[in-house]
Amino acid sequence: MILIPCPWCGSRNSQEFRYVGESKARPDPGSASEEEWRTYLYTKANVAGWTTETWFHRSGCRRYLSVERHTVSNEIRSSAKPAAQRRLAGGDA
Amino acid sequence: MVASNTDRRRPRARYSAFDLMRRGLTGQPWPRAWRVHDLQRAYDVVIIGAGVHGLATAYYLASRHGITNVAVLDKGYVGGGGSGRNTAIVRSNYLTPEGVRFYDRSVKLYEHLAAELNFNVMFSQRGHLTLAHNDSSLRTMRWRAEVNKLEGVQSEVIGPDEIKELVPFMDVSDQTRYPILGALYHPPGGTIRHDAVNWGYARGADAHGVHIHQNTEVLGIDVADGEVKGVKTSRGDIAAPIVVNCTAGWASLISAMAGVELPIITHPLQAAVTEPVKVFLEVVVVSGTLHVYVSQTDRGELVFGASTDPYASYSMRGSLEFTEELAGHVLELMPSIAKMRVLRQWAGLCDMTPDFSPVMGVTPVKGFLVDVGWGTYGFKAGPVSGEAMAQLVAEGKTPDIIASFDLARFAEGRLVGEKGAAAVGH
Repeated sequence: MILIPCPWCGSRNSQEFRYVGESKARPDPGSASEEEWRTYLYTKANVAGWTTETWFHRSGCRRYLSVERHTVSNEIRSSAKPAAQRRLAGGDA
Repeated sequence: MVASNTDRRRPRARYSAFDLMRRGLTGQPWPRAWRVHDLQRAYDVVIIGAGVHGLATAYYLASRHGITNVAVLDKGYVGGGGSGRNTAIVRSNYLTPEGVRFYDRSVKLYEHLAAELNFNVMFSQRGHLTLAHNDSSLRTMRWRAEVNKLEGVQSEVIGPDEIKELVPFMDVSDQTRYPILGALYHPPGGTIRHDAVNWGYARGADAHGVHIHQNTEVLGIDVADGEVKGVKTSRGDIAAPIVVNCTAGWASLISAMAGVELPIITHPLQAAVTEPVKVFLEVVVVSGTLHVYVSQTDRGELVFGASTDPYASYSMRGSLEFTEELAGHVLELMPSIAKMRVLRQWAGLCDMTPDFSPVMGVTPVKGFLVDVGWGTYGFKAGPVSGEAMAQLVAEGKTPDIIASFDLARFAEGRLVGEKGAAAVGH
């Protein structure tokens, strides 16, 4: 069992969450080429080690969160509100 | 020292009832199934991964194309990854014509493998049953049955009464949470002894002069001017004009060494086995809705597989959630086995691709070939993949049977969607 520290609800069993995937920057819709979109869509770093990813607290607050996890040991180092949320709040909210 | 082709071969001990008796009576020991070699400084072909794909590629390269200066490298031991961790189910009832043709070729190769390798791989074509618990899965099964028939593969949709005949103790009543509406019945499907397949290919490749290097980890891949030059290993460097990535679980990491990015996410998949009981389950039973597949081994154990774990990971630890969920689902189908105990559980790594089809063939790096992205369907494709990759290496041209599984399909929007034919909803 993995315990995920939700920034809103506290530490919860990973079964309450849906794994969304590794976080990566979305290309700018105004200027991105087809190749950039496809790379964004399909290509994965698939890191064996520390990685930052997005989870969704499906059976809890139903909000997205950003989690730093080690993909070999499944250890979780930190969690935070997602980058977009931080931007909306104006600063590191 | 580079041995010539004739030096590399050796007469192998033939396995037969007569030889068994002779050696039993005279006490003459059996030779090792494959030899240990020093690492050469150069090979014509280096294959990374000594699982069924890597070993089959080496075997067909040597036996069909006469290319014997080949090394198969593995950081662990022969068949220690996905090839020894799968649930040993073989079938060809896929959804796309490309997929059906491909996996059917594999079944055909498996049918004659024991004779070809002189190694009993215990292929048991006992029939394969995929249950439908709702209208949409029944629709997909009709679709699969029609595509299968068009490609000459035996598959048909059957009703609850016929299912009851095949598996008498299955609860086909409408009193369950997910009543069984029908099933896709695929008589040529079945199970095989996966270790024997790995060992048989390893022994066959070795007899043709291939070097199998276990405990040899690849640490880097040398690429210059867009061409592969060799590999760096934990036992020294090897020069090679062709390097084939036949790994599962570590496919992304190995490809990244050559600068090739893959559309792969690695998820663990857990399986479990019960204590042995008398034979009562003849066919392989799969339920997508209940996320489980079950078969009984020749020793009498029930082997269960499930969906992949719900998050990407390289961890191969078992979890209690898996066992709990599995038990609940299996008892829904077969309430009578409630008292059976689970003997052990394990996990293997599945390289999931966006369309549930593999990634095979050439890459932007010349000489660096991939046979990866084997998700949950790698073991059953071992022989055909080895055959096709060997042909690609020997002839320098992608064989038709794997042409649609190329890496470029993701950039060009030609996905081969096989999710509908995956054993269970992943």
